[in-house]
Amino acid sequence: MTTTTLPQPPGTLGERLRWALADGWTVTRRDLAHRARQPGMTVTDLLFPVMIMLMFGFLFGGAMAVPGGDYTEFLVPGVLALTMVFGVEATFTAISTDAARGITDRFRSLPMAPSAVVVGRCGADMLGAVVTLTAMVVAGLAIGWRWHGSLAAALAAFGLLLLLRLAMLWLGIYLGLVMRSPEAVMALQILVWPIGFLSNAFVAPGTMPGWLGTVTEWNPLSATAGAIRELFGNPAWAADSWLSQYAVLAAVAWPAVLIAVFCPLSIRRYRRLSY
Amino acid sequence: MSSPEPAIEANGLRKRYGDTAALDGFDLVVPAGTVHGLLGPNGAGKTTAVRILSTLLRPDSGTARVAGFDVVRAHQHVRYRIGLVGQHAAVDEVLSGRQNLVMFGRLYHLGTRAAERKADELLNRFRLTDAGNKPVKQYSGGMRRRLDLAVSLVLAPSVLFLDEPTTGLDPRARNEVWDEVRGLAATGTTVLLTTQYLEEADQLADAISVIDEGRVIAEGTPDELKRRIGADRIDVVVHDSVDLGRAADLLAKVAGAETTTDVDRRQVSAPVHDRMAALTELVRAFTDEGLAAEDVALRRPTLDEVFLRLTNHEKERAA
Repeated sequence: MTTTTLPQPPGTLGERLRWALADGWTVTRRDLAHRARQPGMTVTDLLFPVMIMLMFGFLFGGAMAVPGGDYTEFLVPGVLALTMVFGVEATFTAISTDAARGITDRFRSLPMAPSAVVVGRCGADMLGAVVTLTAMVVAGLAIGWRWHGSLAAALAAFGLLLLLRLAMLWLGIYLGLVMRSPEAVMALQILVWPIGFLSNAFVAPGTMPGWLGTVTEWNPLSATAGAIRELFGNPAWAADSWLSQYAVLAAVAWPAVLIAVFCPLSIRRYRRLSY
Repeated sequence: MSSPEPAIEANGLRKRYGDTAALDGFDLVVPAGTVHGLLGPNGAGKTTAVRILSTLLRPDSGTARVAGFDVVRAHQHVRYRIGLVGQHAAVDEVLSGRQNLVMFGRLYHLGTRAAERKADELLNRFRLTDAGNKPVKQYSGGMRRRLDLAVSLVLAPSVLFLDEPTTGLDPRARNEVWDEVRGLAATGTTVLLTTQYLEEADQLADAISVIDEGRVIAEGTPDELKRRIGADRIDVVVHDSVDLGRAADLLAKVAGAETTTDVDRRQVSAPVHDRMAALTELVRAFTDEGLAAEDVALRRPTLDEVFLRLTNHEKERAA
């Protein structure tokens, strides 16, 4: 009988961890290769949030009077946070497309680390978020937005933005595994709009009817936008409610809660694919 | 060494989805180095069986060993030794064929160099070298299938699962896949192939298991099964449906078997053993009786008939 040299399944914890990271990185690199093959898509992905920023900045900038600052200073942090929330679509589309095309099944039939699909997705989407944020900050600076706080505070603000993106990542993975049909992306594309607009991204909740203002205040997007306005030293517009007093805390708590809920749910769902 | 362990062995596999039993006591033994066909209609449990054997799904009960390892307890060992080609070509559409092969090679834990070498070797073997750097999106259905097959062969698996590998392929692409399967079998790979096409199983398989309602209801070489199912059939279409009764009587006499009548198509048919003799005799009998036939045809039993017969036998036995 001939013996073929097969790679051995990783045995020790250290080996397993090493393979989990290596496999995750292979999956991340797949996404990077997608971007390299479709530069047009990456540009479109970047243009959309930049366009929203410019549109609102120039359209409403003149009409909006923000107490203690100008509208651009108010708007840019809001759109940064909004873009992180819209990232849920990208995650969802990638996960559900793979499931529908049988690629998830192929991954699962390989001896790769079971976590790699999710870890790889996470790596790819977070890298994507950094690229998007960089492009938007450049566009924001170009239309006159500045931060006035310390560098540390600014870095903390970017940290909060990425934390929000991470929460949206887990939500996207869960939805992608549950709905498993690329058609559902249509529904999601429509649903993110009310979530995006029923927030303090574009206008202050104080200017809305009372009940709507409350809904808006409690939107996780509002928490992050409020917190980073504070950290960037940008005008927050009527910061009088309890939630906006503790904006930074809320901007940590909201994503933490979302991750605590959807991370275990996603892992469970992924495992249940084999039941 | 004692007699080698079968490449695939399943004992009493059961799997329920809600109220329906997808597998209901599924047994299978596939000796190493053979091609085994799993033949059954849609919803018979073929895909569920393949998903359990390829570690994608856990059975509710029963055990299975593939390439010498338990599919539940030692699934990681099984995964290094199997290849899976599902119903859809599970390759990345955006990446090139080569990028796909390298990526999957890395996920099989080959080193970068080894994965690249393997990719080039497989591209060459599957006649995809020229298209190797093009995105898969631009591939034809047959090329995708070949790439899909190539990906499943990265580690030269000892057991290969093919779940309806030619569904949706044109005849030429189908023949290409068949040639590849034959080539693999010749090098000693064990192949488990599911199909809805009797012809496909007939062409490729050393042995066939017919599966229905989650259980194997018949097993044997293609020849054995055909003998069991009955020989060729003769179909006669008459001009006028009032003649159906007389035509059925004549056919029954010639064939020496029970006939079935399809009034809508004005057709009677019966199994025959000596095809040519039966045909001449029938035509003569029709001429003698002055009965006009619109069409007389000899044909092999269709899969529908195989199932009708096999499943009816099952039900009679159960009654």
